[in-house]
Amino acid sequence: MAALYEGYTLCGLTPSQNLSNSGIQGVNAERDSDHVVVTDSTRSVTLFKVSDQKPLSSWTVKQGQTLTCSAVYNSQSKEYVAVSDSKVIRIWKEEDILLDKAFKATVSSDVWKVHSAAGVEPVVLFQKGAVRLLDSLLSAPQQPIEEVLAQEEAIRWSTNLVTELQQFVIFTTEQKGDHFLYLQRLNPNTLQRFRLEREEPGLSPLSFSVSCKDKHIRLIYLYPNGHVYQSLVPVRGLGADEGAQALPLPRSLLLALPVGEGLLEAASAQVLDEAHVAVVGLPHPSAGAGKDFLCIWNTNFQTLQAGKEMAGKIYGQLWCYSNKLFIPHGKTLSVIPYECPKSSLASALGKLRQAKTGESKAPTSVPSWNNILHEDKANPSRTVETRKTRTTRKSTSAPSLTNDQIVELIKTASVAEVQKEVEVLLSRTDIQDLQPSLGQLASALVSRSLDEAAFYTPSSLVQLVHTRCLCHSMCPDLVLLALERKDYFLCQLCLQFFPDIPEAVTCACLKTFISMPDSDADKVSLVPESVSVMETLMARQRDLVGLQNGFSPTTNDVDHSEGLSGGGTGEKKKETTTPPEHVCPVGLHKGVLLNEVLMTAYSDVFLLPHLKDLSPQHVVLFLRYLQFVYLKYSQDAFLQMHGLRSPSLTQIMDWVCLLLDAHFTVLVMSPEAKGLLLNLHTFVKSQVRLVSELGKIEGSLHELNKMKVKKDIGQYSIEVIELF
Amino acid sequence: MGEFKVHRVRFFDYMPTAIRAMAFNPRTERLAVARADGALEIFNFADNYFQEKVIPGQDGRAAEALCWLGQRLFSAGLNGEITEYDLENLRPRYTVEAYGGPIWSISGNSQGTLLAVGCEDGTVKMFEILEERIQFQRNLDRQKGRIVSLCWHPSGTLIAAGMMDMIKIFDAESGRATHRLLVERGVGASKGREVVVWSIAFLSDHTIFSGDSAGKVQVWDGLTGTLVRTHLVTKWDVMALSTSQDESSAVAGTSEGTVVQFQFLPSIVGQQDKEWVRTRTFKNHSHDVRGLAHTDIAVVSGGMDTQLVVRPLLDKVEKNTQESAMRKIAFPHRSLVCCAKKAGLLLFQFPDHLELWRLGESNGHGSPGDSLSVKRKPEKLIQLKRKGEDHISCSALSPCGGWLAYSTVTSFRLYRLQNNNISVTKVSKLPKDLRAAQQLCFSSDSTKLFASCSRSSVVVVALNQSECKYLQTLRPKSGSSQPIHLLCVSEDGKWLATANTDCEIHVFNLDKLKLHCTVPVYSSCPTAIAIHPTHSNLVVVHADQQIFEYSLVHKEYTEWSRKLQKQGLHSLWMERDTPVTHVTFSSKNAAHIILHDTFMFCIIDQSLPLPEAKTLLYNQMTLRSLPESERIMHSHAFKICKNFQHLLCLRLLDDNSLVVVERPLLDIMSQLPAPVRQKKFAT
Repeated sequence: MAALYEGYTLCGLTPSQNLSNSGIQGVNAERDSDHVVVTDSTRSVTLFKVSDQKPLSSWTVKQGQTLTCSAVYNSQSKEYVAVSDSKVIRIWKEEDILLDKAFKATVSSDVWKVHSAAGVEPVVLFQKGAVRLLDSLLSAPQQPIEEVLAQEEAIRWSTNLVTELQQFVIFTTEQKGDHFLYLQRLNPNTLQRFRLEREEPGLSPLSFSVSCKDKHIRLIYLYPNGHVYQSLVPVRGLGADEGAQALPLPRSLLLALPVGEGLLEAASAQVLDEAHVAVVGLPHPSAGAGKDFLCIWNTNFQTLQAGKEMAGKIYGQLWCYSNKLFIPHGKTLSVIPYECPKSSLASALGKLRQAKTGESKAPTSVPSWNNILHEDKANPSRTVETRKTRTTRKSTSAPSLTNDQIVELIKTASVAEVQKEVEVLLSRTDIQDLQPSLGQLASALVSRSLDEAAFYTPSSLVQLVHTRCLCHSMCPDLVLLALERKDYFLCQLCLQFFPDIPEAVTCACLKTFISMPDSDADKVSLVPESVSVMETLMARQRDLVGLQNGFSPTTNDVDHSEGLSGGGTGEKKKETTTPPEHVCPVGLHKGVLLNEVLMTAYSDVFLLPHLKDLSPQHVVLFLRYLQFVYLKYSQDAFLQMHGLRSPSLTQIMDWVCLLLDAHFTVLVMSPEAKGLLLNLHTFVKSQVRLVSELGKIEGSLHELNKMKVKKDIGQYSIEVIELF
Repeated sequence: MGEFKVHRVRFFDYMPTAIRAMAFNPRTERLAVARADGALEIFNFADNYFQEKVIPGQDGRAAEALCWLGQRLFSAGLNGEITEYDLENLRPRYTVEAYGGPIWSISGNSQGTLLAVGCEDGTVKMFEILEERIQFQRNLDRQKGRIVSLCWHPSGTLIAAGMMDMIKIFDAESGRATHRLLVERGVGASKGREVVVWSIAFLSDHTIFSGDSAGKVQVWDGLTGTLVRTHLVTKWDVMALSTSQDESSAVAGTSEGTVVQFQFLPSIVGQQDKEWVRTRTFKNHSHDVRGLAHTDIAVVSGGMDTQLVVRPLLDKVEKNTQESAMRKIAFPHRSLVCCAKKAGLLLFQFPDHLELWRLGESNGHGSPGDSLSVKRKPEKLIQLKRKGEDHISCSALSPCGGWLAYSTVTSFRLYRLQNNNISVTKVSKLPKDLRAAQQLCFSSDSTKLFASCSRSSVVVVALNQSECKYLQTLRPKSGSSQPIHLLCVSEDGKWLATANTDCEIHVFNLDKLKLHCTVPVYSSCPTAIAIHPTHSNLVVVHADQQIFEYSLVHKEYTEWSRKLQKQGLHSLWMERDTPVTHVTFSSKNAAHIILHDTFMFCIIDQSLPLPEAKTLLYNQMTLRSLPESERIMHSHAFKICKNFQHLLCLRLLDDNSLVVVERPLLDIMSQLPAPVRQKKFAT
């Protein structure tokens, strides 16, 4: 689950009188993840060290001048770039104290914004849509700037994006209620223009956010009615047909967020990663109509992952740099660290066992004054605890490697080394904190094993599965890998612990298990409890054999089926006294594995097509096994009650039904299945009889209930009693 | 057998008060229980847990702590006084002001020479035990903060005192504090609140047990002053602690109503080094456990929910015996209801008032099992508030309904009632011998009043229209100093029988006003006595459920009684766990004895054969299903009816209808305050 941690204040705000805007023009990343440049809406630029909550330096333009675009950091030249009064580009270094003495250049057209990203040159976007690289612009500041946009078209939002191949400037414009998206590629320069589909009349998008995904630029935008749309634009243009008609931009509805009463006024949606979106300025679905929440939504499962109430007015501004969200609200600019681990359906639905990450364990554990002054005093035991965990973490992590190092190691090192390191990692006490990274680790192991036939680390994988932090969707190839490497013990563990194994994989397991020779199966070591369950099943079989030598079979069903199945099965058993269905048709270990399959969760609609792949011999064998278990259970009710994991009677019946559904025609045709089918028919008959008997009892049970009505006795009554 | 019209009365709002403190005297096997209204009860554990004495309470005097010193019983309370009780006259003997503010705890040393009390002002005060009184000796070093709990070391040289946030150990000789043990506060929200060490126990190996308001039971080493072990037993408070005589087991009572047992056991089987291990948890209470006693075989607990629970420890008793059965004592073992059988009136006794009710009437007859329509509803005629601050100890209503008497430990009052126009007149001139009575009884013709006084004596007073005249004081020859707890007059007014807690039963001849005879003393205390109206046989039922019939004329046990003793009572009869509290006789059939306990009433037909060991004792349902002709073959002498539960009183009126006063336990439970909140799943 994604999580929002305890936030802290970066700086105060001086919002405008009517609180219409926050007083902040922009927050931009600086040299590393811990520095940001904050530009306020009038005159000053401040450099902050985020984790210290401390301004490092600040620059102001002269009175009478205003900054019209937020300052950016040019990581190549280590300079800051800003624009004052729309036309004056100012460039300065950190050592410069006075802005007025720094470099200035006046350009011929109004600048909309300067964009910069790490490793590339800043670009200047003019209000009329033209784009220039900063260097080329400064070489001739007064060069003429073309007008790209139409007369009444104005830029609403812009950003730049850098992929491996190219730098992009992306901006949206509005013209008479229509919205357009411009995609400007640099080097070579091409421009694409798209028209955004209209939402309900009068609604224009509140915020945009872009990210890059699978060679597509992913644009996410939020409308005042709470709809969040996603549009994908391929990174490679479809041949530059500049100036052509604006293409309609296909969109898909990603989320329809609850908006409470009325439309949204100030709200923003920001992409965090492939599956998560941070939204501010919307009500929390379970906390009334107040629109001052910051929430993280999972777009894959449409679930709310984390929410936090923000005090004060929300201005609809939200920035996100290196796992921190920057939100101006009320009179402060807050920094809220977040975490979006790779999500799986199991974790989204809360089925995956997971430690609750307390606020004190925020990954970027920034000491917050609030925490230090107030909360910690209230419960110092907690700080003691965290200090302890911190020290243990320090002490244990000193010799052992970090996750990332281990993941790297897995790619190259030998089997023994990998196993050792994984063991060290898993022996750490704070294993719960590792949950997301364990998935990474497992998939790294699996992918190397798939790539290299010689590489396989069964014990590490078993340990990882045993943490119960994994699930199938986190490392989808694990079960198949285990099957491929004939690691049936790992298979069994996965079947036990993974809540979300797809039916296809379950069926593949079943196929492998049923087709493997018993001699192979008996070599495998398996979970001892499950073996003992199977052993008791088989032991009864032996007892029963002994019994039946002396006595006639007890139940009616057995009698009946024996008579019917005698000729049909064609199997020549040595113990002629034992009816064949009382002999387990598979070996001990094979039975254990089959039981594991019986106990996995499935949906019959999805399972049925895969079941059809089983060969008739295997179906008959499996059916005979199911029949065996069913007979054991129906003879001895205690078998199910000894508390160990064992398939329930209903699970067995369901599988019988599924198998029959999948292979009915084949079974009817094949002679060896005839006796089996007749037997199964008697099961059904006895079940029907049981249900009808229960139905008969129901009436009398109801009567019993009615009998127990107690008379209400008041404070006083006169009664007549008789003694005998 | 017969039909009865039964007045089923549920309007007696009897409400027992919470148990505050408890002290068990292992030598005499007596348990003293102090209740929130100041009343004190003495239970005899050697005699089937019979409640043999009740000392009524007093406004403003509630014992916070109790302590036995030999046979003497002391209590101390938040009014700042130490009280010694006179267990023979059932009253406080004297009170001593400790001058230390409210007293929280009291503890006597094992030598029986000194009494220590812990006061609000932070002092532990020592009192010397003298023959007739106690005398202040000195203060131990005064501490900051109240002394909530106290316990002497068995050697008598050290005292452990539980305070706020700490435990102090004092040297009893020098009065200096030798150790200070800091008790950790609770976690979370209760961190800011100081922790109260509610109770403490000091064992001879210098192990100290403490129970505190943070829910911990802690084991300390008293020699070094170090904490040995902490057991967190509850989220709320641990209010009471008690240890067994042999110091191998300890119990702690919590606000959640649980009692947790700790035992001194080897941590590994077969090894020598032992440690205190939490073993069992009993949950027999719905509310706070305030009083605890650890007897040799059982844990006795009581608290806010007013019930006294005796829970035998199954490793100390034989399984599946009567001894191993758990007992809950919820109702007093004496009657608080008096019935005027001629007038159809009921008198209910409460600690601070009396209520007089007239029973309703029905018209016509009904078949068995029917509820008759009530023609006239019962009405409350009088509510009489007591005077003074002492609670009512006993009360009586004359059979004609014309006289009402009650007594406290200091005063006696007699009233003349006029029922037609409902008036109460106090009889002002009373004989001076009639000052305080322990039991009261009117003769059946309402001309005489009998009041039991000190040393088992009975004052006889003659009543007529306007005045009341002292006649005689009857004294038994034995000279027993124990109080009389049962009084009964024969229907013809010829005999008066008294029973005291020494198990003696004396019969006086009222014509001669002289002692007639003394019934042979049986080892168990009588719980109900009655004299047969026609053939003058005295029927006695004892706390151990035995029944005797003694002929007053022949001064010997009757033939039926001998037969009963020879054959023995049915085992199911013996296993009942509440005593028979009243015996009476049928006016229709001379062979019928009617008696009741809390859960059943029984008519014993002396003409029928006694039940054999193998026959069904509770056979009413079987008999009902049999045809008339076969019933006689299956019926036996004990006809037991369990239709009415939690019986406080059962009387036979002159018109041969029964009055049954029930007080369902559920009604009492519903009036208790809410218990501490406990987190339940999904709440």
